[in-house]
Amino acid sequence: MRVHYLTLGLIGWFLALVTTAQGFVAEEERLFEADNPTAELTILSTADLNIFAPLVEAYQARNPTIAVRYVTASSSELMKALYEEDAQFDIAISSAMDLQTKLVNDGFAQRHVSTETGSLPEWAKWRDRLYAFTQEPAVLVYSKVAFEGLPQPTNRDELIALMRENPDRFDGRVGTYDIRESGAGYLFATQDSRQSESLWRMAEVMGRLDAQLYCCSSKMIKDVTEGRLALAYNVLGSYAAAHLADNPDLGLLQFNDFTTVMLRTVLIPKTAPDPDLAGQFVDFLVSEENRDLIEDLTGLPAIDPGVLQREAAFRPIRLGPGLLVYLDQLKRRTFIRAWLNAMVQP
Amino acid sequence: MTPVRARGSLRRRLLLQLLLVAAILSVALYFTVRALAQQAAETTQDNILIASATAISEAARAERGQILVDVPYSALSMLGSIAEERVFYRVTADDLTVTGYDDLPAPATTVETGNPVFTTTIYRGDEVRIAALPRRLTVGDETVILTVLVAQTRLGLAAVSLQISIAAAAAGVGFFLLSGALSWFATNNAMRPLNRLAQSVERRGPQDLSPVETSAPTELVPLLQSLNTFMARLSASLARTEDFIAEAAHHVRTPLATVRTQSEIAMRSVRKPENKQILREVIRAADESSRSAGQLLDHAMVALRSDNLEKERLNMKDLAQDVIRSISPTADLKDIRITCSGSDRTSAVEGDTILLQNALRNLLDNAVKYSPEDSRIKVEISEADSSVRIDVLDEGRGLGDGDRTHLTERFGRGDNVRDVIGSGLGLTIVDEVVRAHGGSLALTDNPERRGTCASITLPSA
Repeated sequence: MRVHYLTLGLIGWFLALVTTAQGFVAEEERLFEADNPTAELTILSTADLNIFAPLVEAYQARNPTIAVRYVTASSSELMKALYEEDAQFDIAISSAMDLQTKLVNDGFAQRHVSTETGSLPEWAKWRDRLYAFTQEPAVLVYSKVAFEGLPQPTNRDELIALMRENPDRFDGRVGTYDIRESGAGYLFATQDSRQSESLWRMAEVMGRLDAQLYCCSSKMIKDVTEGRLALAYNVLGSYAAAHLADNPDLGLLQFNDFTTVMLRTVLIPKTAPDPDLAGQFVDFLVSEENRDLIEDLTGLPAIDPGVLQREAAFRPIRLGPGLLVYLDQLKRRTFIRAWLNAMVQP
Repeated sequence: MTPVRARGSLRRRLLLQLLLVAAILSVALYFTVRALAQQAAETTQDNILIASATAISEAARAERGQILVDVPYSALSMLGSIAEERVFYRVTADDLTVTGYDDLPAPATTVETGNPVFTTTIYRGDEVRIAALPRRLTVGDETVILTVLVAQTRLGLAAVSLQISIAAAAAGVGFFLLSGALSWFATNNAMRPLNRLAQSVERRGPQDLSPVETSAPTELVPLLQSLNTFMARLSASLARTEDFIAEAAHHVRTPLATVRTQSEIAMRSVRKPENKQILREVIRAADESSRSAGQLLDHAMVALRSDNLEKERLNMKDLAQDVIRSISPTADLKDIRITCSGSDRTSAVEGDTILLQNALRNLLDNAVKYSPEDSRIKVEISEADSSVRIDVLDEGRGLGDGDRTHLTERFGRGDNVRDVIGSGLGLTIVDEVVRAHGGSLALTDNPERRGTCASITLPSA
């Protein structure tokens, strides 16, 4: 979300006017034209246009006769478009694994099997309908200046202890997702709660330190680089890595107790006008030989089947019905209330 | 002998029935295995559904008059652990949805038993198995029935049951092949005593009428006993017939010989030419009767023996000379000379000595009978490709111009011999003997002079 708020608002308002027939709120839309197009591929995605545009162009370089319409929306709007409005898109890309899982579970996705999808590890696909093409770990982003003289924490317990012992240094200067607003933040928090009880102690300590709550990773990274935050917890590592080169003060840390890994997934909606073309695009995203290309063009880490062997702490969020649990309204309400009780203290 | 027509095969029938039984058992095996395995798979799914429903049900509680359900992560994730199935759930309190998919159909449950209820239905495009688990929950002052429904599609189950079906079919086919092979062995084994019996009956010689076997499987004992009894009866019957023939010949010939002797004695004592003539007639009639009786017996014997030829290798020339020797006294009475020509070495045939002697004697008898006094009879033995030919040439009255085909019929005689007494059996005997040996009899005119040529052709050994 690097676009200026006003611009974004204007675009949103404009698109909302244009696409009133669709009902859901799109953020950006661009048509990647082709000379003498034979087909048009429509993509509904949560990934920002400037991140994904190079990849679409690479796809068009290989398939020069195909025009691509790329529409971005938030994950909840994407869900609304497909779940409630039967919007016509060939491809749906989202980082909200739980919502993608629900779409597949409830029958809103088409089956697609190919040799390319066969090259994915088991944890990166579900029911031959949902395929992951990036693996993005949740990391701790910190300011090296703020941590001057302190030992670098290697796991959550050490971080909790560090924050407890140095309230003066961290008061008002710790940030994390506002899980009420951010789907990714909610996902990370729920996964944390599954892995260990340290989430609640962490929330307790952060709440006492007057934690700042954010909608998105990019803003947290920005505040750390500009010195407003000493650390930001559960930031998408893929976004942070892009800023490391420009900001020598910025530090990035993967805990060795466990590192939650979010998977960006793609599916073919059941309403897809051109499922064959969609299948071809899915193959382009997940194929083994394109993984380096995806990393180079988007900066997002591509699926690496051997990562679990090398990184003992990596915990890719498991695709499957377990993700439906946190979509349960009662569950969500209970979880958020408990989290807020710890995080927002009077 | 009437040939026995084969109608079906015991072996084949036994094998087919065993195979049919094996096929039925194989099909039964297939269905049993499939049903059991499918039931096992369904039970497994039901058990997981129940575990999931129980976990959700236990996480439900009432707080300040409100129902709270904190669905445990494991409750749904466990459903994804076995197969990638679609999962749905719903929690109701007195028919009002608390959380979950509010259109998931709820089967009727009774809270009293506390037992889960299962149904299978179509939901959101796929067949799903639904488990419903009711319990009581006190909310504030009142008690509600809280029902947890957990549903899962059965796509994996369908795949599993297809796999099971294939495995069960393979097991069935394997079972059938195995039992087919075993049936084949069993059938062969069961048929072995029968085959052995058939072979031992087939192997025995024509004169062998001894009992067949002393031991056999229980089922074959009655057949063997009947067969042996029959053999014994046949043997006794044959012996009786031969005895009868010998007795009959004796009883007929002895009085006739007496008549002839007495007539000859009487002839010497009578003077009147007409009386002598009468006695001469009596002697001639006695001679003819004796000869006819002999031929009748011969014919009976030929008929008896030709069914069971006692073949041996014999030289036709030796045989002919024996017969000539035996008949020459009669020939001498009419001054008839009998000559025999032919190679000594060759002319061997496989045949029944007694029958062939009999045939040759009948031919020579005829030749002597119809030859004039002081004439010659030639017996010529020659050998062609694979046959031995015996020609008997006389200088008698020949065959006449009438129909010759009936000469070899029983009691058939030529038109030109009405004046000579004869039984009409001679040529019949010859014909039957020759046929029994696979040969033929031909009657032609003597090519050299007036008279008959009778030719026997037999296959050479």
